[in-house]
Amino acid sequence: INHIVHNGGLYKRPFNEAFEETPMLVAVLTYVGYGVLTLFGYLRDFMRQWKIEKCQNATEREEQKDFVPLYQDFENFYNRNLYMRIRDSWNRPICSVPGAKVDMMERVSHDYNWTFTYTGRVIKDIINMGSYNYLGFAQKAGPCQEAAAKVLSQYGAGVCSTRQEMGNLDKHEELEKLVARFLGVESAMAYGMGFATNSMNIPALVGKGCLILSDELNHASLVLGARLSGATIRIFKHNNMQSLEKLLKDAIVHGQPRTRRPWKKILILVEGIYSMEGSIVRLPEVIALKKKYKSYLYLDEAHSIGALGPSGRGVVEYFGLSPEDVDVMMGTFTKSFGAAGGYIGGKKELIDYLRTYSHSAAYATSMSPPVVEQIITSVKCIMGEDGTTIGRARVQQLAENTRYFRRRLKEMGFIIYGNEDSPVVPLMLYMPAKIGAFGREMLKRNIGVVVVGFPATPIIESRARFCLSAAHTKEMLDTALKEINEVGDLLQLKYSRRRLVPLLDRPFDETTYEETED
Amino acid sequence: MDVKRSPQGYLYWLFCQFELITCSYLMEPWEKVLFYSFNLAIAGLLLYTAYVCLVFHLSSAFQLLWGFLGNPRENALSVVK
Repeated sequence: INHIVHNGGLYKRPFNEAFEETPMLVAVLTYVGYGVLTLFGYLRDFMRQWKIEKCQNATEREEQKDFVPLYQDFENFYNRNLYMRIRDSWNRPICSVPGAKVDMMERVSHDYNWTFTYTGRVIKDIINMGSYNYLGFAQKAGPCQEAAAKVLSQYGAGVCSTRQEMGNLDKHEELEKLVARFLGVESAMAYGMGFATNSMNIPALVGKGCLILSDELNHASLVLGARLSGATIRIFKHNNMQSLEKLLKDAIVHGQPRTRRPWKKILILVEGIYSMEGSIVRLPEVIALKKKYKSYLYLDEAHSIGALGPSGRGVVEYFGLSPEDVDVMMGTFTKSFGAAGGYIGGKKELIDYLRTYSHSAAYATSMSPPVVEQIITSVKCIMGEDGTTIGRARVQQLAENTRYFRRRLKEMGFIIYGNEDSPVVPLMLYMPAKIGAFGREMLKRNIGVVVVGFPATPIIESRARFCLSAAHTKEMLDTALKEINEVGDLLQLKYSRRRLVPLLDRPFDETTYEETED
Repeated sequence: MDVKRSPQGYLYWLFCQFELITCSYLMEPWEKVLFYSFNLAIAGLLLYTAYVCLVFHLSSAFQLLWGFLGNPRENALSVVK
């Protein structure tokens, strides 16, 4: 039975999220595996240092051996000894459009992943379960591609300037008005790169004397932007509203650390869908807290725009809330729109301020015109303004695919994290050898998956992350599920004990949370 | 790495699981040789110790147990002394 939360009627639909606990035996065996690899890592490092083995990784020069060592920390150790062994699952070169099926160049390594050579063969029609192609707009034929080709012949590819100088095209203005209408906000601004949108605009919004409350599992771009701003950062537990409320209360009551003055601004940083966990933010509760404690909300909808909500307008529509409650709505065009770039939407005064003071507007090259046209066409398609119902059908197809895929995987017995409605599906692998084995076995069966290990996830919780797409037909999903079932039996990945752990909604007290000291 | 119906296939599958859990699946051949020989040496020592000492330990434990269960009066006298 799912633990359904109805916090005073804030949720209009059931919120089913589950993170099954790691089985104890699996955790112990994972540590055993890492222990063995660490011992062999020390052995190999010893052999490299005493020149018994050829050293193929980066080292300091002979003259620098007496300086502070550069490659002795854990990350470099992990890189040399663990990551190198399974490196062939990443950076695989593809040579076609990353749609539902993709072509990949075959490569082999003769010296255990230190160097790769291409055999020249191209593996065709690999079912693509790794690309962020939620609505299937990564196409090489169709209305988006034709419009982009026309604009390419009209405007060219390069802009050769920043937004503030000579790079503000009429296409950008058209795009921003369209995005603002799509989101239901007053005004919006588009940037060339999604990562840069976060990292360059958060410093423009907050500064010293402000407080940032950021989720534990926020993306690197949000963390970088928060650190660059110079504000005080406090972390609350992932999606845990009691933890957030405690931090807000403390902030209001105690104020700034030394002087006890009130904070100039309190900004809450959350994401719509967290891509490593597949969880959806508890937006109704965050908005209720934000209103109660008079703080601001920055919502990063990188993965949820286009993917959630009955008409694809993101997590705000999914929960049935008003976009005016979110102060800064940020998102990217990379995932659901088949292009590249990011946007920020909000009140007109905010966006006008960002046009002047954002680093990305002042220093970064503006978006390329064909990319802008791709976004314009795809947004119009989703909204239904191009006269067809393709957009709506795609959003519904994605929702159906998500529910079907998740249900089937859970029935098979895998541990799947996250919310029932999120198109990002993490499947837990845990053991380091299984990361490499899963990637290789799935490629042998013509399915491309993304496997993730440390440092993107905690060291024992490595996973395979499937990204569903509206372009996946049911036959493709069935094929993929059959292969995943086979590989799951082969590698013994079906850890689930079918015991649903209820969500942590117990009342929050002093004994369960350690406060970080400033 | 296919059929696990036949006993040979099942043993091979078990060996693959061992390889995956101890990460010897990822090791180069000479590392595998080193690792397996170390494991076999430890396992051999354990078996030898079990063979030599287990019989003696089991029989002495059995005697002690028999002493406790067999004669309750003798046991009480020995405790008083």
